Amino acid sequence: MVTTEPTDARVAAENVVDPEMPMLTLADLGVLRGVETTADGTVVVTITPTYSGCPALDEMRADLRRTLQAAGHDRVEVRTTFSPPWSTDWISDEGRRKLAEAGVAPPGRIGPRAAAGPVPLTLVAPSRTVACPQCGAPDTEESSRFGPTACTALRRCRACGEPFEHVKEI
Amino acid sequence: MHSEDHDENVYDALATADDDGRWAFGTGFDAGSAEIDAPVPDGVDRDDLATYCLMLADDALIASQRLAGWTAKAPELEEDVALANIALDLLGQARVLLSRAGHLGAAEPFRAGPWDAQRSGAGPLPQDDEDVLTYFRDDRGFRNVTLVESDSGGAGDFGRTIAWILVLSSWRLALMTRLTDSRDPVLAAVAGKAVKELTYHRDYAAQWTLRLGDGTELSHARMQAGLDTVWPFVEELFLPHAVERRLAAAGVAVDPAELRDEVDAVLEQVLPVATLTRPERPAVGLVGGRGGRDGVHTESLGTVLAVMQSLARAHPEATW
Repeated sequence: MVTTEPTDARVAAENVVDPEMPMLTLADLGVLRGVETTADGTVVVTITPTYSGCPALDEMRADLRRTLQAAGHDRVEVRTTFSPPWSTDWISDEGRRKLAEAGVAPPGRIGPRAAAGPVPLTLVAPSRTVACPQCGAPDTEESSRFGPTACTALRRCRACGEPFEHVKEI
Repeated sequence: MHSEDHDENVYDALATADDDGRWAFGTGFDAGSAEIDAPVPDGVDRDDLATYCLMLADDALIASQRLAGWTAKAPELEEDVALANIALDLLGQARVLLSRAGHLGAAEPFRAGPWDAQRSGAGPLPQDDEDVLTYFRDDRGFRNVTLVESDSGGAGDFGRTIAWILVLSSWRLALMTRLTDSRDPVLAAVAGKAVKELTYHRDYAAQWTLRLGDGTELSHARMQAGLDTVWPFVEELFLPHAVERRLAAAGVAVDPAELRDEVDAVLEQVLPVATLTRPERPAVGLVGGRGGRDGVHTESLGTVLAVMQSLARAHPEATW
């Protein structure tokens, strides 16, 4: 259905959902960098990938274009920017709540990287304790460093035995 | 409910992304970024910058292709996923760098080649520079260090691949950490993302190095043998090419000679705890003073390229 009056482009873009974690909007995930309308009426949306090779990026671009066109914006351009690099700290509080509700443990806050110099080898994840999103117990263990999407690792709860995904901190 | 009741299906988003059929071997979208059009920094030679982008792109592209060989062959499902994820991160880094190199003119010489004779002229050409550079460049045009093309990264021995990832990610992380200050905004942006990804890759490899090195007698022996096999390729990582030297002096690139101490420090941290010995093995020699950065490669690159390129070259007009 095509609306006669274009709806607000920013609102439309913000409500497009992430293809791999559809409980989150692109705004929740923190990958939407800007929505601007140029003088000739073109809507320019700027997004940033979570990981360099994130295969969902192409889907996001197509979803944005389609959603904005359905909202009455005929000319849409989706740009990608890599700088500054995305961090899980950009997932909004609302996004963290939605992740937990869907049974995915949200990332811990990591803050900005320490000043210049070599990146230390730590061998441990930035968040030492990840609470189970099912039962809330803090006693969980990592079962795989890499998960089904680029952003997640796999863990299991020692209390209730449930395996779950964890959005790993970067 | 009949399907006519729906005016959309799950493939609509992809189908509408392009007006025509997509070239079968590319991704169908440009990996270029908003930064890709950035001008060449003052005082920097355009060809030098394009070559440097190719060097860093090819390291990641060939390493990614090597790791992809593990898909469905890793010892456990978790490791299969891990190696594929590492390959995907590296591919993402490669794509932006290839686009930047292409933007600077690096793809032009490869747009018409022997493969062109197989075209009827009717089908679409691969338009993206990154596709042209990936599929239609011959071995002498690749600028990667020879470590990434070596068999160690490919499916076969897991401990050997872990040693390869440990060395590769420690070196590339040290490089990318410094490159975040590059005067070229594309290099700086790629590096900013790569640092986060490589930190994770190095962590993964270091954990497995400890587990296997300080594991059973058999796992220790195989981890040490893996490290020994990788070792001859390490020296080349620290040899600066003339292009790297010039661009490092201009504040755009990193002189790889600077990276040795940091890589050594990481290995010093990991190897003794893993009860592994730092190998004493002669380095793979340069040929007439030239190595991977000059396009002079080992036999292994031919195998990697054959797997990666042959289908696209045999069917340059295929679409889907």
